[in-house]
Amino acid sequence: MKKPVFNVEFLDRNGELKGNSRRSFLKNTGLLVAGTGLFMYSCSDDELNEELLVADAHAATKRAGQSFNLGKGDIAILNYAYVLEQLEAAFYEKVLEGEYYKGANAEERGILQDLYYHEVIHREFLKTALNSVAPPGKVAPDLILNFSGVDFDDRETVLTIAQILEDTGVSAYNGAGNLLENPEYLLVAGKIVSVEARHAAAIRDLLDPGTTNFASPDILVNLLGTGPAYDKALDPNVVLSAVAATGFLETKIITNNIPTE
Amino acid sequence: MNIIKFLENLSDPGLLNTPISRRSSLIDLKNKGKDLALVSIPFALAATSSKTKAATMSMASAAFQASVNEVLNFALTLEYLERDFYEEGLDSGVIPQADRDIFGLIYDHEVSHVEILKAALDGNDRPRPTFDFTLGGALNPFEDYAVFLELSQAFEDTGVRAYKGQAGALIDNNTLLEYALQIHSVEARHASQIRRMRGEKGWITRNETTIPSSFSAVYAGEENTVQLGIDLAGRFNNFGGVDAVTEAFDEPLTMAEVNAIAGIFITS
Repeated sequence: MKKPVFNVEFLDRNGELKGNSRRSFLKNTGLLVAGTGLFMYSCSDDELNEELLVADAHAATKRAGQSFNLGKGDIAILNYAYVLEQLEAAFYEKVLEGEYYKGANAEERGILQDLYYHEVIHREFLKTALNSVAPPGKVAPDLILNFSGVDFDDRETVLTIAQILEDTGVSAYNGAGNLLENPEYLLVAGKIVSVEARHAAAIRDLLDPGTTNFASPDILVNLLGTGPAYDKALDPNVVLSAVAATGFLETKIITNNIPTE
Repeated sequence: MNIIKFLENLSDPGLLNTPISRRSSLIDLKNKGKDLALVSIPFALAATSSKTKAATMSMASAAFQASVNEVLNFALTLEYLERDFYEEGLDSGVIPQADRDIFGLIYDHEVSHVEILKAALDGNDRPRPTFDFTLGGALNPFEDYAVFLELSQAFEDTGVRAYKGQAGALIDNNTLLEYALQIHSVEARHASQIRRMRGEKGWITRNETTIPSSFSAVYAGEENTVQLGIDLAGRFNNFGGVDAVTEAFDEPLTMAEVNAIAGIFITS
């Protein structure tokens, strides 16, 4: 039986598939693998545990159903953040529900539990803030999320997805900062993004301990030719397209009125 | 206040000759006499938590807001501090082989950050300061790796809070604000890694730390639980409680608070 699976393919710098090394795969993982997004297709159960598949942005099917328009102005950005935090919190909730992956040691469990707590707190905080400033019906609903294709018992899968979510969260907040008008919102977004970066560094270190993976040149970008010493700052549409491509988020997010500068 | 002269008043020369253990020499300082700890480290480093709390809460509407060039020069001073600190650390041999790649990377980042800030200042950059990371011999970060790590952590966590505190001042310059955010999150990655290398969590719990309490100013205000006027304490008892609430948000420091911390290391 075929079922949708999330597996992330490693494409090397020449865009060629490398099915073997999980380690090198991880170094290049990001929601924008090879600049084209994640690719997804289904495969048989036999191949599930062994093969690294690829999630295709074009092939991801969405059930007809829930959609939400982020709105405009600062409310749109707060909703955007709330969407991302819902996604993260739901993922970690699944990780904990499944009693972590096989072989998770005490440190790893502690980290994942903390990440769960923090994302729930971020989520609920943003929900509360939105409910107090946005008109009724303008706050994102509980999203329809689908992690059914994820093998939560596999360490590399879980940590890789966590890494992607955290790195993406950092780049999302960084890219949204200058779209905010209210300095109070900018400050609180700033308070959250550095915590997401701390998360990202810790997960990356779990994946490749004691190395430069926590802030690898592979995830950073070069500004003004000074070197790859900067986190990405991505446009909300870029982030949301990549999120949609994972297949985790089934709710369609509409961004036609969000701030663009 | 001339910090070096102040420290020369330390009346226990034997202290500086005490064999260095893995524990910080600052803990030795404290053990030699509690009063000595308070007297010997400049008061500016001690937490002034009520002041910080007030400053944090009024951050967004602070009457004083630095100009763009002041913010950039402020950041540049911190990046010079970090860059020079890591350069000296790498040159000194205090860093074990296994960790050299990590600090080499962090150093490279700080070099880049110095360059971008100078470029953004376009001729208006302040002269590069000189630093004494030993505080006239009171600290030995380039001999005792534990002390080097403590200072590294202090500098990175301070850096995160420093950039955060100035984001508002850059709100009218989209490009510079974005650059600042892109630097700020990398400093947070640094901080997370160094903290975990020292056996702390990558994130800050309340205002707690295992670096010497003489550096408590670095974490003052991190116990805050109020965000956008909403007190989150008590709402997450099944989700890590107040510990998690304080971990989930990093708090800013004002320019004055950061300068008070960094300034003790500046000799000119």
